[in-house]
Amino acid sequence: MSAHGHAELTHEHSVGTTRLFSIVWVWLLLLTALEVFLAYERLEVHLMITILVGLSLIKAALIMSYFMHLRFERLGLFLLLVPAMVFCICMMLIMFFPDSIRLMDLRPH
Amino acid sequence: MSETEFEGIVESPWSGGASPFAINSKKLGMWLFIISDSLTFSALLVSYAYVRLETPDWPRPFEIWPAIAKSSFMTFVLLSSSLTMVLGVNSAFKGDRKKTVRYLIATIICGIAFVLIHATEWVTLFGEGVTPWSNPWKPFVPLFGGTFFGLTGLHMVHVTIGVVYLAIIAWGFGKGKYTAEHVEVSGLYWHFVDLVWMFIFPMVYLLSVNPK
Repeated sequence: MSAHGHAELTHEHSVGTTRLFSIVWVWLLLLTALEVFLAYERLEVHLMITILVGLSLIKAALIMSYFMHLRFERLGLFLLLVPAMVFCICMMLIMFFPDSIRLMDLRPH
Repeated sequence: MSETEFEGIVESPWSGGASPFAINSKKLGMWLFIISDSLTFSALLVSYAYVRLETPDWPRPFEIWPAIAKSSFMTFVLLSSSLTMVLGVNSAFKGDRKKTVRYLIATIICGIAFVLIHATEWVTLFGEGVTPWSNPWKPFVPLFGGTFFGLTGLHMVHVTIGVVYLAIIAWGFGKGKYTAEHVEVSGLYWHFVDLVWMFIFPMVYLLSVNPK
């Protein structure tokens, strides 16, 4: 039973192929190249920061789901980990936005 | 050892059913560590964004050449090390010890290259008078050094620890001491270090490109 179970486990872990991981790697490189290009173009800061955060979140999702195998795990593990993390980061931002906007308004013009 | 571990996965001491996540305890532990560590980095990034917004003339010192080109190359090195790491984990589960160790060594070399390139960048900045507490730019913003060296320094510590960790795993796995699960868990840590850089690189470098 144990040997059979181990074979199953091995099968479960080799879901990703070399080809799949190489494609993910190429996508990550392309997104990075796009970011560097935007920096080269020197976009306006607010637009720049929005695009950069968006692209970084896509890259983080790619790394977590494919390289860190989260896509091949049970949904329960994802539900245990990611919502809690997102909630904590949202809590940091709830403190961040009102105060930082107030500070920008307080600046001498 | 792998068999007892595996028994732990399938037959949970909790008699109510199968293990809820169907993973071993090491992997769950590493995941929980990664989540808490990601919050450490988030807190640092949010505080960096805060002081940066608060300061009217935040320095934007990085030129496309050489600073941005160098850090882009560092990103490429780190992403490639993640690819070799994930291929190493794959071959570890296929039971190919030799290939796994080769992939792990490639990952370690990329990690060392990253740290070395980063170190030369730091030395150049020190040479220009940029330190954690001072810099030569006007108007003087002392927090620039604190946030820059704090963020990149903590990340560099993670990479250094990761290189040592992978070296131990590669050595032990090559000798048959460790199982494929050990390699996978070390891979989780390595990908996390890569993931953090995907935020530090745009936030610290790309948003500080010299506007001229």
